[in-house]
Amino acid sequence: MAQQLRPSKPADKQSKIDWSRKQEAENFAETVKLFRQGKIDPDMFRRFRLQHGAYGTRMTDDYAMVRIKVPAGQVYPNQLEKIAQLSEMYSIGSAHFSTRENIQLHWVILEDVSEIMQSLSDVGMTSREACGNTVRNVMCSPMSGVCKDEIFDTTPYALAIARFMLRNPICQGLPRKFKFNFTCCEKHGMIRIVDVGLLPQIQEIDGEKRKGFKIFLGGGLGNRSFVGHQLEDFTPVEDLLYTSMAVIRIFDRMGDRKNLSRNRMRYLVNDLGWEKFQNLVLKERAVVKATQSVIVKLNIDDSVNEIQRPISVNDESASVPDGYARWEKTNVEKQSQSGFNSVFIGLEAGDITANQLRSVAEIIRDYSAEGFARNGFSQNIVIRYVHDDDLKSMYSRLLETGLAKTGSLTMASAVGCSGTTSCNLALTNSHRLAKEVQRKFLELNYDDDDDLKDSTVKISGCPNSCGQHQIATIGFYGGGGRHGTDMFPNYTMSLGGKFDEDAMLGHHTARVPVKRIIPVILKIIELFKENKQSDDTLAKWIDRVVSGNESSKITCVDDIKKAIAPLIVPPNIEDEPDFYMDYGSDTNYHTVTGKGECAA
Amino acid sequence: MCSMIDSDIPIINSKLLREKIQQNSIRIVDVRREQEYQQSHITNAVNLPLAKLLADDSSESIQKIAQDLGISDETPAVIYDDTFGALSSRVVWALQYIGHKDVKLLDVTFSQWKDLGYEISTEVPEIETAIHSVKINPEIMATAEYLEKVKENKNVVIIDNRERLNYLEQHIPGAINIPYRTLASDGKILRTKEGMKTLLKNRGISEDAEIITYCGSVGTLSGLAYYALKSIGVPNVKLYVHSFKEWKSLEKPIDKQENANYWDLSAE
Ligand code: HEM
Ligand code: SF4
Repeated sequence: MAQQLRPSKPADKQSKIDWSRKQEAENFAETVKLFRQGKIDPDMFRRFRLQHGAYGTRMTDDYAMVRIKVPAGQVYPNQLEKIAQLSEMYSIGSAHFSTRENIQLHWVILEDVSEIMQSLSDVGMTSREACGNTVRNVMCSPMSGVCKDEIFDTTPYALAIARFMLRNPICQGLPRKFKFNFTCCEKHGMIRIVDVGLLPQIQEIDGEKRKGFKIFLGGGLGNRSFVGHQLEDFTPVEDLLYTSMAVIRIFDRMGDRKNLSRNRMRYLVNDLGWEKFQNLVLKERAVVKATQSVIVKLNIDDSVNEIQRPISVNDESASVPDGYARWEKTNVEKQSQSGFNSVFIGLEAGDITANQLRSVAEIIRDYSAEGFARNGFSQNIVIRYVHDDDLKSMYSRLLETGLAKTGSLTMASAVGCSGTTSCNLALTNSHRLAKEVQRKFLELNYDDDDDLKDSTVKISGCPNSCGQHQIATIGFYGGGGRHGTDMFPNYTMSLGGKFDEDAMLGHHTARVPVKRIIPVILKIIELFKENKQSDDTLAKWIDRVVSGNESSKITCVDDIKKAIAPLIVPPNIEDEPDFYMDYGSDTNYHTVTGKGECAA
Repeated sequence: MCSMIDSDIPIINSKLLREKIQQNSIRIVDVRREQEYQQSHITNAVNLPLAKLLADDSSESIQKIAQDLGISDETPAVIYDDTFGALSSRVVWALQYIGHKDVKLLDVTFSQWKDLGYEISTEVPEIETAIHSVKINPEIMATAEYLEKVKENKNVVIIDNRERLNYLEQHIPGAINIPYRTLASDGKILRTKEGMKTLLKNRGISEDAEIITYCGSVGTLSGLAYYALKSIGVPNVKLYVHSFKEWKSLEKPIDKQENANYWDLSAE
């Protein structure tokens, strides 16, 4: 990528692609009205609402959650500012960065959703097909284009697929939701836990280099989770569209439209068996290719990103702000472009205030030589192309707005789904729990501990795994427990999940009452410290334990179970009333759920 | 002056005010703190820190404040603040409440005025006290008793202008939430008229309804909503000026959104 270092503040960059359609807002407003007047069947309305990116909200029909798509995670300063304003006008004054590169506004009055859609179209954004049985937000690794291990930048392909699928008639009534993930390398993307995962490859044939992908099909997390299968050795970029269409057509035709609880494509793959499914895809691809009357091509924008370092805001004489070294170590990745860095901004469970969003927009303008940001996979934001010389001053700016939390690239940045803060199906407040875990880890300086760096903690509020607990080193999903007649929030803990080339789902290990989760995690870390080898990490150690390859005092999951057993015994309610309350709640726990929309 | 446009609508366009500044017959009132006022203010403006009005908002006190600011029954007055129009709204409302007929809310904040490049000054104009009568305008005010009496009426709409999370946690039963931030547009303290009409239409609020606005404690945020409604000519609006703080202290009924931990979604 050509780098011209002109020291001037570049004009505000804006999205080249307009994902919106203005008339959809008005149509939405009209449909809400008809629904309220009882002129539209509630089920039909629900499908319509989800198609347009508005989820229901816990225990009420009056509110919606608006999921704003950010294709390939590329988000621009003017878009962040618009979302800041919308969060204050129509939501709770905070917005939420999700694990799939969406940005969500919660507790929006259903009647206001159309106003949000209208305003989003001013900055080229849409919530269309962010929920429901559609092709969901197309993800791309936040390091694509700057990753040291990448073969080529897949961002233009991710954007092209997103463009092709959005509002495409073949994607309007799929049996179930459908997810694409593009990555730069195995480490930075989650390509084996989605319907279609794509890893860039180069193949040399007769001295000629061809771009292409390794394509993984039929992975996914949920009540039952599966790891994706590789379709073929190499899929050239010319076949990307045909392959994608073939997979979607097969799923559309053969996917289970009756049993909504097990109809993601992974179940179809599982039911047919991989080889049969693989053959179907390859055949279908040949048919798709042969029957296109005109050549359908993806609209790939391969133009080079303009890299222009903004005026250096760096003040040489300024002293190094406190905590800088720790922040740099745990939040900054060096890029393949020398002198440039990707800065990971840590949030608590993905939440950010309107004012912080405005600061992020300003900081992008002042520090990023590419002029936009990328949403990460862990409820975070990545500002890339920050010059070495500007890091300290950028850190000071982040400090001013409370965005300099350390540990973004470490185990400290726990992921938590919405849980009882807003989700109808939630059994526990997984969202708050993730924040509590993060605060504790930072208090204990765990982010600074190299042994813990490659581990993750992820938490879901019910077995549905929106929090991706199965791929966490230490994962949890929420449920209810009972001691005598008293209920308490009780999580199921899984250990050893991974999403890289050895992708593996975590092993269910024990049920842990919510108020014991932090002590149990600390205990596991203590066991690891006692038994680790010299250059071990927690993730490697847990991996050996769950696969029975560990030879220290702890040899298997049962040994961990034994060690934590005393910690998880429920006390009597009189002795410890707090044990029976979830985080964020001052009354005794009981499970309440509403009608789920996962399958809608 | 204000009779030039929509004389019923107590809002004045900044451009129009700019043209009128030099006329000594208008009283422009800056309701920021004294210190901020002294640093600079709209040319010819005098200062009334809102706290002074809130300290005692009896009609006699408002009358005295008006007189001390040189506002007679006939003096056209224009009020502004730098707090998205909520403080100035509360002052406009207080003057209307004691019967002043020609008081208007400036449609921009002091910061927005400055951004427009309009005249500011540090000079403090001399004030000649004036005589102002008190002719209470009861139909623009709602009390707790009144609200409780009419809240079930079909034609009455109660609007809560606090932020969403406060509303979810507790609100007057039946109230609709329109957070004060919803009322502004880029560069102005209020939405465009069309924008305001669309908001009401989407929410199913009839412009012919009797609308009562309230907020947290002193009627500032809901004062802004009062004038947002007035800006499109809604005829029957009342401000529940002592708002939710009083409602709670009187132990009146309260509704809440149950079984959800929405506070934990906030990054504050
Ligand atoms: C009203 C109920 C639900 C709400 C509010 C909800 C919300 C979310 C949120 C916020 C995410 C984060 C990522 C994104 O932007 O897509 C997510 C992801 C996800 N959701 Fe849900 N969800 C709900 C129901 C369900 C159900 C019932 C299932 C499964 C049967 C499910 C499965 C998933 C999975 C597997 C992911 C995540 C990760 C991935 O595939 O990459 N969700 N959901
Ligand atoms: S995992 Fe369960 S609680 Fe969490 S968002 Fe998904 S459905 Fe809701």
